[in-house]
Amino acid sequence: MSKELIRLRDLCMAFDDEPVLDHINLYINDKEFLTLLGPSGCGKTTTLRIIGGFATPTSGDVLFDGVRINDVPPYQRQINTVFQKYALFPHLNVYENIAFGLRMQKLPEAEIKERVMEMLETVSLKGFEHRRPEALSGGQQQRVAIARALVNRPKVLLLDEPLAALDLKLRKDMQIELKRIQQQVGITFIYVTHDQEEALTMSDTIVVMDKGSIQQIGTPEDIYNEPKNAFVADFIGESNIIDGIMPEDNVVQMYGRRFPCLDGGFAPNEAVDVVIRPEDIDIVPVEQGQLTGTVTSVTFKGMQYDIIVDFRGFKWLIQTTDHCPEGARIGIKIDPDGIHVMKKSAYSGMFGDYSSFSEEYDELDDATLSSDEEESGDEE
Amino acid sequence: MKNNRLSRFAIPYVIWMALFVVAPIIMVVIYAFSASVGGFTLDNFAKMGTYTVVFTRSFKLALIATAICVLIGYPVSYKMSKEGPRFQRLAMVLIMLPMWMNFLLRTYSWMAILENNGLLNQLFRKIGLIALYNNIFGTDISFFRMINTQGAVVLGMVYNYLPFMILPIYSVIVKLDHSLIEAARDLGANSVQVFRRVILPLSLPGVLSGITMVFVPSVSTFAISKMLGGGTEMLLGDLIEQQYMGGAYNPYLGAAISLVMMVIVVICMVVMNRFGEGEEQAVMM
Repeated sequence: MSKELIRLRDLCMAFDDEPVLDHINLYINDKEFLTLLGPSGCGKTTTLRIIGGFATPTSGDVLFDGVRINDVPPYQRQINTVFQKYALFPHLNVYENIAFGLRMQKLPEAEIKERVMEMLETVSLKGFEHRRPEALSGGQQQRVAIARALVNRPKVLLLDEPLAALDLKLRKDMQIELKRIQQQVGITFIYVTHDQEEALTMSDTIVVMDKGSIQQIGTPEDIYNEPKNAFVADFIGESNIIDGIMPEDNVVQMYGRRFPCLDGGFAPNEAVDVVIRPEDIDIVPVEQGQLTGTVTSVTFKGMQYDIIVDFRGFKWLIQTTDHCPEGARIGIKIDPDGIHVMKKSAYSGMFGDYSSFSEEYDELDDATLSSDEEESGDEE
Repeated sequence: MKNNRLSRFAIPYVIWMALFVVAPIIMVVIYAFSASVGGFTLDNFAKMGTYTVVFTRSFKLALIATAICVLIGYPVSYKMSKEGPRFQRLAMVLIMLPMWMNFLLRTYSWMAILENNGLLNQLFRKIGLIALYNNIFGTDISFFRMINTQGAVVLGMVYNYLPFMILPIYSVIVKLDHSLIEAARDLGANSVQVFRRVILPLSLPGVLSGITMVFVPSVSTFAISKMLGGGTEMLLGDLIEQQYMGGAYNPYLGAAISLVMMVIVVICMVVMNRFGEGEEQAVMM
């Protein structure tokens, strides 16, 4: 429907012989909200910096509107960036921060004033024009950074984890706000985040990345419902990933038992990864269950209980509104559309087992895990 | 509270400051308003009119030296901050190196270099520069007069105080958030504009503290003017020293001159800090 604006062709990038991007091929449509999603060090920020012109790819091309722009410096690109820590100019007030780009274009003062004021209104910061950036809250600074970029009327806005520094409540508000702004100004947003919920909320298209490669491109629904491999299934939401085989189309076999499903197109008896989302599992009395298992842990989460159920040594996460006491025997039932079958990949067997679930909580104290979660200043 | 307990360790310094900084200033003020026979007087200030030349000369030379330090120091600091960490460390050592030697020794060596029969003039003679000069201008000189000039005094000031200009500017520039520069480039600024609109204004606090740290010792120096100016180019520092140590013994006048100089310097600093207000904390003295 809308036309292609940016194309990344066979993009490779290495820092000191350390590969960061591995043959990235991606096209981005005009007026699209596209999110690059992935864990720390997956290459998403590097991809963004290449589009912005702050990094030069080792090989491959960046095309903008069909023209190769590899060697075009940032200040000549019709692209603006909202930086991770806002990067507002501390020596200028809000008005002058926003006017910066327009002054570079040497526009007449009257037009600058009109456009800055209009932008202040768009980001709901009217009356703040004489404040210094340090006198603003994190959320307000964020809005100034967005206004400063958008006032130049770029064709593309790049956003590098812009909400990472905000608290949860504000982050949720800003997600909706950002989506609103994007629709209002009607330009392409390319958004980098490691937060899957952010990606699902705002994006038209999500690009899941890991280890410098694109794992999957699709709409939020596609990515969530039809993950391509165990990495995507695990990274987006919670997933139980079980080894299975496909005896025939629409039937998958796990634990030696046959389950009806909606997938097909595999070789007869091909080994596969089966994804079952914790919310797609119904708890039923033992005698009615397709499988039976023992509850080993129960965590109250407010809206639901997270329970860990042991099915012959392999532990599943199930989200349920019914309370099942620890140690109880339960049966489960999975609707055919709750089962998603994936081809085996390099990620098979690495994710989707909740055997270490309780330890996972302990590991939160662990420095490695918490630093992964923060993911600040990665990929530098 | 922990803080209070720790603050006890500051007491020796507070006593030190009171004894050796506050008390002398009070004494300067008292002396400045006293006659040699005792009693309050403004005579000391009235007498100062005779020395207007010295005042002007001192401030003029200090200003020139400070300006030269900015002109040299800023590009050096900027260049340094752009280089790799190894170059930065090496450059830092080279800048600090002269400061490991005694101030007087350093100035003495400049005497040896600038003298009529000193290193430079010998060199000029060797390479025929002086002969060439005589040929062109029809003069008959055997050396360039370098020592005992205002130029030599300014040179001494610049040489001695340049590191105090470079260090604060460098430390401000090197700490500049790189994303600000990227943001400016992103918003359409070319490299000249990035410098003029972002780097320069943000490094102003460093320049201001550099100016303070060069100007104040320059305006009050006496060793440099004595050694490189040969006593013919008397500065405020020399004048004050004479009132205490020299033949013109008059500590009352000396105190008055000191006081006036202090007041002028403080006014300069306040004006400058006003000018840089709103920037990051400008270090004052």
